[in-house]
Amino acid sequence: MAEAKKESKVLLEAKDVSEVFGGLKAVSDFNFYINKGELVGLIGPNGAGKTTAFNLFTGVYQPTTGEITFGGKSIVGLKPYQITQRGVARTFQNIRLFSELTVLDNVKIAFHDHVKYGVLEAVLRVGRYYKEEERIEQEALKLLDIFHLKDKAGELAKNLPYGAQRRLEIARALAAGPKLLLLDEPAAGMNPQETQELMEMIRWIRKKFGLTVLLIEHDMNLVMGICERIYVLEYGMVIASGTPEEVQKDPEVIRAYLGGEG
Amino acid sequence: MDKFSGMKYLKKNDAVLLGFAIVLFALLQGLISGKVLSSFWQLNVLIIGINIIMAVSLNLINGYTGQFSLGHAGFMAVGAYVGVVLTTNFHAPFVVALLAGGLSAAFLGFLIGIPTLRLNGDYLAIATLGLGEIIRIVIMNIEYVGGAAGFKGIPHHTNFAWVFWLTVIALFFIKNFVNSTHGRACLAIRENEIAAESMGINTTKYKVLAFAIGAGFAGIAGGLFAHCFYLISPNSFTFMASFNYLIMVVMGGMGSITGSIAGAFVVTFLSAALASWPEFRMIIYALALIFLMFYRPQGLFGYMEITSMRPLNRIFGRPGEKKEGGRTDG
Ligand SMILES: Nc1ncnc2c1ncn2[C@@H]1O[C@H](COP(=O)(O)OP(=O)(O)OP(=O)(O)O)[C@@H](O)[C@H]1O
Ligand SMILES: [Mg+2]
Repeated sequence: MAEAKKESKVLLEAKDVSEVFGGLKAVSDFNFYINKGELVGLIGPNGAGKTTAFNLFTGVYQPTTGEITFGGKSIVGLKPYQITQRGVARTFQNIRLFSELTVLDNVKIAFHDHVKYGVLEAVLRVGRYYKEEERIEQEALKLLDIFHLKDKAGELAKNLPYGAQRRLEIARALAAGPKLLLLDEPAAGMNPQETQELMEMIRWIRKKFGLTVLLIEHDMNLVMGICERIYVLEYGMVIASGTPEEVQKDPEVIRAYLGGEG
Repeated sequence: MDKFSGMKYLKKNDAVLLGFAIVLFALLQGLISGKVLSSFWQLNVLIIGINIIMAVSLNLINGYTGQFSLGHAGFMAVGAYVGVVLTTNFHAPFVVALLAGGLSAAFLGFLIGIPTLRLNGDYLAIATLGLGEIIRIVIMNIEYVGGAAGFKGIPHHTNFAWVFWLTVIALFFIKNFVNSTHGRACLAIRENEIAAESMGINTTKYKVLAFAIGAGFAGIAGGLFAHCFYLISPNSFTFMASFNYLIMVVMGGMGSITGSIAGAFVVTFLSAALASWPEFRMIIYALALIFLMFYRPQGLFGYMEITSMRPLNRIFGRPGEKKEGGRTDG
């Protein structure tokens, strides 16, 4: 562990978190933190508990034991939408787009919490309705532009190629206006060139939106290339953490994970 | 200008739709006042309008929000009975009775929605079916409203103008709701509840809201329905009636307002034309549904609106956008 954490900078923190499914400990004694502005990677073999950790951070699962704080306040017990409203947005390993809706509507939906008109204004089309609709549409198109999806705005999400669907998931997550962005295997199924472009995009949006990013990834080039710090999970436990160089040299990691790849 | 920018086309579309409604009203009112339509078909014109309100409000729950309600006739009954009690026993103005009926049904929908909308799919369908029946049976046991024999002496307030303009209001209400951030929240729930929740949408709130709005319009439709007749009885609001409205929605397309209008038309017309052969009616319904499920399981219109199809998309489309399908405003 190279870097000592400084309390005031910590954005998300997990203390001794465990998650038990029946008899299976998917995550156990999980200790984790991410500082504001950091780009951290979460790696580990299949079934190590990475997605479970995301589900715990976003309120999809409640921890069996332990504490999770965001911005210094506990988020245990909150519903997923409440956690999103506090500033955590995510993508899904198994893509979960609104597939029968257009690409543009997928992004517009994620602005939901930032739209300032009520049900009556919407139904009567008075007040802020037109102005707000215009604003979200423009902002949604800007996001689509960043992810090279603007010319696909009118298409149904289900008709996009796989790589484009993954990019749309990130665009949609950004529309929710997060401080912390959680990406679950964003490069899965992408070819090396697409992966390279994605790395650039992640770097770029992070700067542009002042984001903190946590990503799960199997692609070692991507992880080692852009992450400042890495946590390695195995059987639900953190077996190593530190900079990419430290993690790569760690004997436990070589045994458990990288060893298989030579 | 960007091809997507500008919300002016929305105002233009609304103006065109309203203009169309005024012309249609004048035409139909002319046919009715000129006694071109027999009294049987005059009544059926009213029933078509009422059924459109029922179908489009059920579509908000089942089609747009992706929940499965099978008790819509129960909310219609609430609106009907609250309405007739107010007009007949308290001589309240018709508009007050309709509003009170709609609000009562919406409030009941809200109360019932909170616990039941936690259920998913088949369980929700069974729960709402049961609740619809409970509402009917409760009414059947209230002596004050005539019990099983029905409520007599209802003033004949419902006319073509009431039905037509309330149908137009219901259609605009639901169209505008669906094309707003609140309606999009409902669509997101239908498409993927976990993703919707992860995008900051309070899914429980929007399910209950859609359910209450749907129930409210069913209540208004109930008030209109009841004041077409001298007598109403709980038998008008059985599970079979709920099923009828579901057929309209499924036939027309879950998630299409145009579809609900078409479904209400087809089903009402079939029922009326085959009124003297009720057993044929059920066979034709069944055959039509089987045929539809084989060849067009998404319903006549799927998710599409007529305003997004050729040649009408020239009038209604976004400026510069090609329309081949998908949901649009209008
Ligand atoms: N809802 C659940 N119920 C029961 N077991 C679960 C549940 N979710 C995850 N698990 C189990 O927990 C363990 C960790 O799963 P998780 O999805 O977190 O792994 P992962 O590290 O994301 O793996 P992958 O790289 O394959 O995505 C697995 O054994 C999985 O089967
Ligand atoms: Mg996973």
